[in-house]
Amino acid sequence: MNTRVKVALELDRLNKAFPTPKGPAVIVRDFSLKMTDGEFITVIGHSGCGKSTVLAMVAGLSEATSGNIILAGKESIGAGPDRGVVFQSPCLLPWMTAFENVMLGVNQVYFTASKRERRQVAEYYLTVVGLGEAMDKYPGELSQGMRQRVGIARAFALQPKMLLLDEPFGMLDVLTKYELQEVLLDLWRRNRITTMMVTHDVDEAIFLSDRVVMMTDGPEAEVGDILTIPFERPRNRKAIMEDPRYYELRAHLIDFLNERSHLRPSRLAAPFQAGEAEAIDPSGQMIVSPAEPA
Amino acid sequence: MKPLLELRNASKGYGQKGARTEVLRDINLSIHEGEFVVAVGYSGTGKTTLMNMLSGLDKPDSGEALMNGEVIKSAGPDRGLVFQNYSLLPWLTVEENIALAVNEVFKDKSKAERVDHVKRYIAMVNLTPAAKKFPRELSGGMRQRVSVARALSMEPKVLLLDEPLSALDALTRATLQDEISDIWQKNRTTVLWITNDPDEAILLADRVVPLLPTGPATLGDSIPILLPRPRDRRAINKNADFKALRSQLVTLLLDAKGKHKVKSSRKLVLPDILPEDLNEPHSFQLLDRRGPRRRSEMKTEEVEVAV
Repeated sequence: MNTRVKVALELDRLNKAFPTPKGPAVIVRDFSLKMTDGEFITVIGHSGCGKSTVLAMVAGLSEATSGNIILAGKESIGAGPDRGVVFQSPCLLPWMTAFENVMLGVNQVYFTASKRERRQVAEYYLTVVGLGEAMDKYPGELSQGMRQRVGIARAFALQPKMLLLDEPFGMLDVLTKYELQEVLLDLWRRNRITTMMVTHDVDEAIFLSDRVVMMTDGPEAEVGDILTIPFERPRNRKAIMEDPRYYELRAHLIDFLNERSHLRPSRLAAPFQAGEAEAIDPSGQMIVSPAEPA
Repeated sequence: MKPLLELRNASKGYGQKGARTEVLRDINLSIHEGEFVVAVGYSGTGKTTLMNMLSGLDKPDSGEALMNGEVIKSAGPDRGLVFQNYSLLPWLTVEENIALAVNEVFKDKSKAERVDHVKRYIAMVNLTPAAKKFPRELSGGMRQRVSVARALSMEPKVLLLDEPLSALDALTRATLQDEISDIWQKNRTTVLWITNDPDEAILLADRVVPLLPTGPATLGDSIPILLPRPRDRRAINKNADFKALRSQLVTLLLDAKGKHKVKSSRKLVLPDILPEDLNEPHSFQLLDRRGPRRRSEMKTEEVEVAV
């Protein structure tokens, strides 16, 4: 039994090249991916492989040299509040409180709503990320983990069509990172925004996502392999860590990063077999096979 | 056997009277000779305070910090320190940075012996080609190697490392973990290593001490790590004991935090409003409605289901 699901984002042979005196330097080559509505995908790869470049192209912060980005059925050009972005550090305005920082975006996209409703939106999201008591503090008074909570609350408060996370927990220590992953999943459970996240943390990728896209080493990085994460949601870290499949998935990702990430699927003689191949039917809709029962 | 390093009912707080915050309470920790102990905890739970009491940079408010059964009064060369920020002198080369420590500790050795000594420790951390370089010419990982070599070169009884690898990227961190682990297997110095990374703790330690965020932090029960050495970071993933330990430690730390968290229930209102599409310039003029779009007013859409 297959269920046809709406495609939320389609990346069609994205290329990014920078001109150099010796000819164009290709950073990302033919990156194609389809994401269904409400899917959580992580893109994993070594530092400098071009993961963030792909994300920046989807965000509209960097123009693709060729290829198309189709978001909710429309070609997407330039940046906009329909795509929420969270970077490694949350880029808060230091002279505004956490609440004011969130209101800045909320006032823009909900300009038709009443002031009361806009305040309620900001209060709701800040409280859910655990800042109920600290929303009137300035970024300078908050720890790095708390600042990143503000960044996450701000992104969700705008209800974007798509959420783009560029190593959002990269600067945090391991335990704070675990906490914030829970916060992110909690928010995401309430509002399943289609999410693309870039990381180089294997555990993070498995814990958070539905599918993990592995990128080969740059330059000329491309999609190396796609791994489907079968754990049902809501996810419990303890249960996942004790699940025998967890270490198989982990080993698969680590092996890819250590041994196969330098291989180029497009240049192999035999057609490359992705771990869990998705069939794309001619109408452009993705056929998702239901997760295997545990 | 008498422990080499010991904390007895040690407590420590900061701040003036009235606005005082206790950071550590009733810490009991003993480290025996030749042991590799790793303390894991969240940032801000007093890991550095713990280290400072043992190194002699700070004294407990109550309780005692002992080395060989004697109260620790000040820092000394019998305890080698490595910090997260390397703490190298920028105007000295790698060689000179290490020689500074060696010349201070081994005053009775001849000059040639001391030069030899410095060279040996530079070689131990694989920095011989960079011996004449200045810290600013080195990467973070190389700088931390210098710092480790400097601490080891004093041949301390105990090596105290305070989040030594936290500032490095994951790949360099892994390399240095392996290198330091190798060096330790050769010379078996007593080590107290502080980190926030449970994986690092299990990979390196004979014994892991969890630092629990319970208001003023307390130490949890030690977890002995009996995995055989040398530990291969990739093979260990398939080891059932490793998996169990990892799960145990992570759950312990996350639960401790969860228990301590203040839970308050409050009434929240999430208004049913949808954002406007700011990429559609026309929608501004053509708004034929008052107020925002609402999800509850959205018409239901037909979803195609193939069976």
